[in-house]
Amino acid sequence: MELFNNLILGFSVALTLQNLAYCFIGVLLGTLIGVLPGIGPLATIAMLLPLTFNVSAVSALIMLAGIYYGAQYGGSTTAILVNLPGEVSAVVTTLDGYQMAKQGRAGPALAIAAIGSFFAGTVCTLMIALFGPPLAEIALEFGAAEYFSLMLMGLVTAAVLAQGDMVKSLAMVALGLMIGIVGTDVNSGMARFSFGFSELTDGIGFIVIAVGVFAIGEIVSNLGEDEVEERQVFTSKIGSLMPTVEDLKTSFWPIVRGTGLGAFLGVLPGTGPSIAAFSSYMLEKKLSKTPELFGKGAIAGVAGPESANNADAQCKFIPTLTLGIPGSAVMALMLGALTIQGIAPGPQVMTQKPDLFWGLVASMWIGNLMLVVLNLPLIGLWVTLLKVPYRLLFPSIMVFSCIGIYSVNNSSFDVYLASIFGVIGFMWVVLECQPAPLLLGFVLGPLMEENLRRAMLISRGDPTVFFTRPISLAFMIMTLLILIIMILPAVRAKREAITD
Amino acid sequence: MKIPLHRNKDFLAGLMFIAVGGVAMIIAREYPFGSALRMGPGYFPTVLGGILVVFGIWVLIYGVVTQEPVKRTWSVRALIILPLTALVFGILMEKAGFIPALLVLSLMGATASPKFKFVEQSILAIGLTVLSVALFIWGLGLPYPLFAGH
Repeated sequence: MELFNNLILGFSVALTLQNLAYCFIGVLLGTLIGVLPGIGPLATIAMLLPLTFNVSAVSALIMLAGIYYGAQYGGSTTAILVNLPGEVSAVVTTLDGYQMAKQGRAGPALAIAAIGSFFAGTVCTLMIALFGPPLAEIALEFGAAEYFSLMLMGLVTAAVLAQGDMVKSLAMVALGLMIGIVGTDVNSGMARFSFGFSELTDGIGFIVIAVGVFAIGEIVSNLGEDEVEERQVFTSKIGSLMPTVEDLKTSFWPIVRGTGLGAFLGVLPGTGPSIAAFSSYMLEKKLSKTPELFGKGAIAGVAGPESANNADAQCKFIPTLTLGIPGSAVMALMLGALTIQGIAPGPQVMTQKPDLFWGLVASMWIGNLMLVVLNLPLIGLWVTLLKVPYRLLFPSIMVFSCIGIYSVNNSSFDVYLASIFGVIGFMWVVLECQPAPLLLGFVLGPLMEENLRRAMLISRGDPTVFFTRPISLAFMIMTLLILIIMILPAVRAKREAITD
Repeated sequence: MKIPLHRNKDFLAGLMFIAVGGVAMIIAREYPFGSALRMGPGYFPTVLGGILVVFGIWVLIYGVVTQEPVKRTWSVRALIILPLTALVFGILMEKAGFIPALLVLSLMGATASPKFKFVEQSILAIGLTVLSVALFIWGLGLPYPLFAGH
């Protein structure tokens, strides 16, 4: 019963008073920013990274992970109550959740969202525990060619499953790879694209880009929009929280299917929780005996997507922790936090730092439990917070962003660079180029170049090495399949319908 | 209906990709290219620059064909004030200390919104500064002087 022993180790780490406190702070903060539109988990984690410099690696990861999945919960609360998705992944929840709230059934909608998310969280925690170790074992066999092909697959998936135009997203990946080149080349020691700035020879920090684009750029973007119309909050009409037996029966299979779908998509590097939520909604509508009720307050339309986005968010930890390849931009930050702590991400983390891995896994389950217990009674508080006007919110975001960036290297240059990326990020919004794939490309760029060079050196310059090694070939074939499937006219039309 | 090229969003996006890719390729010519066996520092950026240019041309042509205009509105005020605020913050952090830098950051940043009210935002700035000093300096022990330069 190795799994059993591992989980006991995990819970013994996660249940210490300190780690419980960090988990609690994480999920609370996560819910908070999930509720507040205009700030997402990515920017928050990036801003708060300095908070974790002085704590142990496991506590830091527990808190950051809490922010991440807490945000998924918070996003659905506002989606149901005010028709305002706090996070992109909750957009689909507004369709039926808000309708339920209008019919006086906000309580059951919130409850079923929480139950579905908790179920998904539990399943994914188990999945990580079950599949993590064997995957890490396989990954230990990976050579440079396998890593290169895997990263290529991740980048292509990220681009084709992103919102908006596919070719533009692929171009954004390439742009991200290019920005990743800035800095000193490890092989030759030559400074590339530093434009004479000595600060650039160390490369551009991930936090600089993440906060610049997703916090400062987001502010510029929001201030450019016309004022959001009056929000109608259904505080008085939440009513009974308890779903009826009928509700539970109708929701059971959507929750199970949503979890499965989300878990599958979650393991694929590159996809995001919103894709999982949308796919689940489409699936439930198709399978439902009463598809005409969707969009008019069908509880299955809340249960499925809410389970799916949570499952996706948590299963993203599988490639991240076992392979050391971040499955999404947020996961890249998690790996960044590990690196700051002096731990090199990769399959060896699981064997060398079992307390870290299993402690994090156990804390995710505890955190999900906290969210269920916490979220429902605190809804009143979240609704009050929603009334904070944006003109007070954005200077606060600006302050925490600038302190966060400055404190990483004690460098004003980084702050200037971030504000430039804020402006560029807004330009991308205007041109409808997705920054999320770019960020993934930026993170993987140096790793990819390194592995490409090494693979070619080992194979004596023979590029067929990527197709003759079986695991590498499998990744290449999958990459190609994903591309072909997405180019098919029928799938393409559907994809556009979903992502619009 | 034809829209002018400077408002054609995909044309502009394509232009951006071509420009970045092209400039990168030109700069990378100064770095040793090497061979496929022993790639020099110029190999990866040159190939990547080429890929970017190809994507850029595709997006640009797509834009000319589909004729989709830029839909977003923007605030010139925010676009000027926010980067300037970051600049002033950076200078003040080095010359004047944590407290003045934060007060200015919050208050000056707030003017990016057309709904700026001085009294309200001053209270917010003081509140944020107190919170940050408590959290980052006293709580986390970040080594920044509260006031500096004397």
